[in-house]
Amino acid sequence: MNRWVLGAGLLLATVVSVLLGVRLGSVPLTTAQVLEALRGGGDPVVRDIVVQLRLPRVLLGVLVGGGLAIAGATFQALLRNPLAEPYILGISGGASVGAVLVLAFGWMAAGSWALPLAAFAGALLAIVLVFRVATATGRAMDVRVLLLAGVVVAAFFSACIAFILSISPARTVQSAVLWIMGSLAGATWRGVLLTAAYTTPAAVLLIGLARPLNLLSIGEETAHHLGADVEKVKRTSLVVAALITASGVAVAGVIGFVGLVVPHAVRLLIGSDHRALLPLSFLAGAAFLTLADLAARLALSPTEIPIGVITAFIGVPFFLVLLRRSIAA
Amino acid sequence: MRLRAERVVVRYPGSSVPALDDVSMDVPPGSLYAVLGPNGSGKSSLMRALLGLRRIEGRVLIDERPVGSWDRRELARAVGAVTQSESISFPLTTRELVAMGRYPYLGPLEREGEDDRAAIERALTACDLVGLAGRDVTTLSGGEFQRARLARALAQEPRALVLDEPTASLDVGHEMTILELLRSSADSGMTVLLITHGLDMAARFADRMLLLSRGRVAAEGSPAEVVREETLRAVYGWPLAVHQDPTTGAPRVTPLGSR
Repeated sequence: MNRWVLGAGLLLATVVSVLLGVRLGSVPLTTAQVLEALRGGGDPVVRDIVVQLRLPRVLLGVLVGGGLAIAGATFQALLRNPLAEPYILGISGGASVGAVLVLAFGWMAAGSWALPLAAFAGALLAIVLVFRVATATGRAMDVRVLLLAGVVVAAFFSACIAFILSISPARTVQSAVLWIMGSLAGATWRGVLLTAAYTTPAAVLLIGLARPLNLLSIGEETAHHLGADVEKVKRTSLVVAALITASGVAVAGVIGFVGLVVPHAVRLLIGSDHRALLPLSFLAGAAFLTLADLAARLALSPTEIPIGVITAFIGVPFFLVLLRRSIAA
Repeated sequence: MRLRAERVVVRYPGSSVPALDDVSMDVPPGSLYAVLGPNGSGKSSLMRALLGLRRIEGRVLIDERPVGSWDRRELARAVGAVTQSESISFPLTTRELVAMGRYPYLGPLEREGEDDRAAIERALTACDLVGLAGRDVTTLSGGEFQRARLARALAQEPRALVLDEPTASLDVGHEMTILELLRSSADSGMTVLLITHGLDMAARFADRMLLLSRGRVAAEGSPAEVVREETLRAVYGWPLAVHQDPTTGAPRVTPLGSR
């Protein structure tokens, strides 16, 4: 498939899913009502729904979905592993420990920022731990050690979570499990702006590294011989992708699947040139997560389903169809 | 372009014996230089040392400049390298793989220009890959993939080529195609350093040979000087006979039975 055609299609899909995300919900709105509310007119209740609830939520979906997908594509290239995903370095585990601690000790009372802040801190801790291990072996960072360190650190954090939850009351356990499965329900404008302020430049930076990432995705030694500054590109892009993931997890919990499968789906359609793969993965992830959130809100309305459940429910069959088609072709 | 190593020593952490010990060589422009030796004799370490990927004692000079003083992109425009093996995990066409050879010529967001496309086409043609340009490299045969990797190095339009067993998995026809390509590249001024296990082919195509044994130079010189029974017997630890090939006139090695 032509990358420009796919790009235009995905851009359109993102815009449409944003519009649908703002229009649909427990109170369905018309496009006219939405536009009216955005101009600051119309029914004040509708205005609140649009401006304070749905718009930040939908935009957060765009940022987190796009961020997870572009981070996933980057990890897959750097680790030369099609099974790599944004949480592979234990970032989700670290963030979950932070979040679960806040929930277990009732620190939510300190303010709405306590949970995302603690989750972000946990994610950072995981990143620092894993990178320290991976660089301890010598001057060059060994991605195999990085992978192994990620798995081990994640296992440790899982044990921490299990321990905290085992001594917590049932209510805490339920809210922790729901947080871990991910949700965009807590979206605020402040969250959107913070996430945007980080994710946007980070995504641009990764796209700027697309050509050296092409080389790294086929092998570090070959990348050296072709003129890439391997260590610099590897470290920069790993840290940037890890931080995108951390900022996403902090505001939306552990939304699985987007970072693993979206880059694969895009790759099946347009190949592995990261100049196209990275931006198109961002758009595809943005549209995908926004639609998944819509489904999470509407499917059992007024009850919300965790968005991670939806991403897997829609994503798996979709991906299997793509995979079958590409094998048949 | 001249490639020179002066008394190079390479040590790996945790190993008391150096991987390369006091190795010197001099590859003048327009020559095909073959490096041979048993498994583990230091051939690949020599390649990494030459291309600035290993910290070394001694000196490596590329065009009379220490390899460490070369910027990586500058080096990639001057020296093309084909490593022993490579595994590709993601879908990629042959043309895309070969086009990666243009990396050191392009800025971060720059698109391939006329020159780049011409270099890619020339490389594809030289390696007989034009018909396979659109194929996914993961579906290529071993020989086709090797040719694609060589084409990528040629697309770098280098003045020197360093290759680590480029014909290892090839049938005799494709092996000859590549060796003739390397020979004619050398004849037209390219510096070619070929690491290989093929004693006969090296003796036939190379101007000079370097025989490594346990990281040290066991012999260096013209094929007639290096391919000698007593030298090879000692290095490979196997009885063998050397005679002159009646067709090519080059020395030819016949391994004998162990008794």
